[in-house]
Amino acid sequence: MITIKNLQLNLPGFSLGPLSLEVDNGAFFTLMGPTGSGKTLLLEILAGLTRPHAGEICFAGKTVTRAQPEKRNIGLVYQDHALFPHLTVLDNITYGQRYHFQDRAKGLAFARDLMDMLGLTPLTKRRPATLSGGEKQRVALARALACKPSLMLLDEPLSSLDPQFREGLRKNLKELHRGTGTTFFMVTHDFVDALALADSAAVIRKGRIEQCGPTLDIFHRPATTFIADFVGMKNILAAEYANGLCNLDRPGSCPASLPARDTPDGKGFTALRPEDLHVSLNGGFPGHWVSLPGTVLSISRQGFSWLATVQCNGMDFVARLEHRLVLENTMDEGSSVTLGFDPASAHHIPGDRG
Amino acid sequence: MESPSREHPHGRGTLDALRRFPGLFFHGWLFCSAGLVLLFIFGPLAKTIFSPTWEVFAETLRDPDVLSSIWLSISTSGMAALIALVLGTPLAYILARKQFRGKRLVESLIDLPIMIPHPVVGIVLLSIAGRNHPIGAFLSSLGIKLMGTTTGIVAVLLFVGMPFYVNTVKAGMESVSPRLEKVSRSLGAGPGATFFRVTIPLSWRYLLVGMIMCMARGISEFGAIVIVAYHPMVAPVLMYERFTAYGLKYSQPVAVILILVSMFFFLFLRGISQVRGKTS
Repeated sequence: MITIKNLQLNLPGFSLGPLSLEVDNGAFFTLMGPTGSGKTLLLEILAGLTRPHAGEICFAGKTVTRAQPEKRNIGLVYQDHALFPHLTVLDNITYGQRYHFQDRAKGLAFARDLMDMLGLTPLTKRRPATLSGGEKQRVALARALACKPSLMLLDEPLSSLDPQFREGLRKNLKELHRGTGTTFFMVTHDFVDALALADSAAVIRKGRIEQCGPTLDIFHRPATTFIADFVGMKNILAAEYANGLCNLDRPGSCPASLPARDTPDGKGFTALRPEDLHVSLNGGFPGHWVSLPGTVLSISRQGFSWLATVQCNGMDFVARLEHRLVLENTMDEGSSVTLGFDPASAHHIPGDRG
Repeated sequence: MESPSREHPHGRGTLDALRRFPGLFFHGWLFCSAGLVLLFIFGPLAKTIFSPTWEVFAETLRDPDVLSSIWLSISTSGMAALIALVLGTPLAYILARKQFRGKRLVESLIDLPIMIPHPVVGIVLLSIAGRNHPIGAFLSSLGIKLMGTTTGIVAVLLFVGMPFYVNTVKAGMESVSPRLEKVSRSLGAGPGATFFRVTIPLSWRYLLVGMIMCMARGISEFGAIVIVAYHPMVAPVLMYERFTAYGLKYSQPVAVILILVSMFFFLFLRGISQVRGKTS
């Protein structure tokens, strides 16, 4: 169990915390946040590379706040791999073993097992400069795991990789986590990584934890508008809640009144994913859905799908379009459409500041 | 990809010529200046090397005074470079890695020996090593004398050569990513092991180049040495003496030998420092 209590670090122009966090033994935990939110800083504090000004860190009940990095039994993997350029793949992987294994042969055997598992055996004698991004990152993982750490710290391990390698490495990470039973603490700015890998997560913003819990919980029930946007709820609308009903905050113009049973009365926000908003030329949505007449302002391509900005009663919605509508040229900018969504897909965030 | 000029086909002939003109001008300037500078360096050197007659040159080669002065020049500056390696490397590492109040001041302090007139360096060292100064008293109680000794020459050369060593090594260590050291620490290596297993293997070329710079500076030193130790005579002092006593004709062969010896030595060291072998 990793326990962080009231951790605090003040730098010129940035302050981290006070921040408290708990990660279960053997968990795959993700710390998410945008660039500059303090994720890497927190990682380096856990690694012992940066001293916090206040607070306490415990690994398995033992206080390590002031312990040197080499005494913490951690593995560290950076986004840019940070392989030792003067050593071969094997020498990189066995670099730290002399500090952790009494028996050299045992360590080497363990390293070879890891290399087999990650498909690195053919690269044994190669130097880092000759490896691809994915290979480098697998070597970095093997190097960290070869010392049997009790905690793996991963700093955006996937974001420097080309998309075709990313899926493979995700699989590797998952297998390694299952195979070793080590606690993984991963920092990322990409929510997709968290969804694919982590069972629990936290979102950090401007040095503070905004939400912490099971990954799916954060995905489905973001606590603030910032997190809602972060997890892909691109439509965030101010709303007024009263008697278990939600009124979108556009007095006189919005007919929609959504059931919002568990939301306390007062001001709040309604968040909707583009995937849950449907656009149609002639309505025809189920009766209990909310339908709003509107105009298409713009259509943009997002990889294999299209997003449309639709204006309804002066509010802009972003909706994912069905391929058919775009490919058959039936819808274009300026088209009059009907926007519909299932009220159950709306997520409600109480509080007036989000 | 098409080149940008293809996308704008109108007026290609004259426009292109005009566009090329500043390029021609620039390259002309580039190569002419470079040539002039090379000529300026090699002209006088070639004149020095080729002007002594073979007989005088051979005679100088047999002169034990000349040989011992050249050996003294090389050995003292080599000694200074070795001391710089041992004592200057930690300072360079600290400057490359640590941020602290007054770092700028320390850095400019290190550069100071480059700017001080060389005789002043000699005078300052002598005044410190004098009996009236506590450091001088301490040194003489240990039996160390700077005035007119090899020790004195090495001290002078270390003083003038240290900035070159420290600055070169600092730049080299800055080029090693701190993340590599962080990863090494995370893998269980302490700060010392990290320094010797990661930092040094990745920056040893700079250590060598720093030593070359320090030594080169030492071999060329005259002004500071002549104040601290006229005897034993290093090569530049011998040249000066021969020049004032016998004239140009007898000082030039000494210079030629020194130039040739240093050139081969430095070519050799540069060669080692640039080997792209297994460790790169």
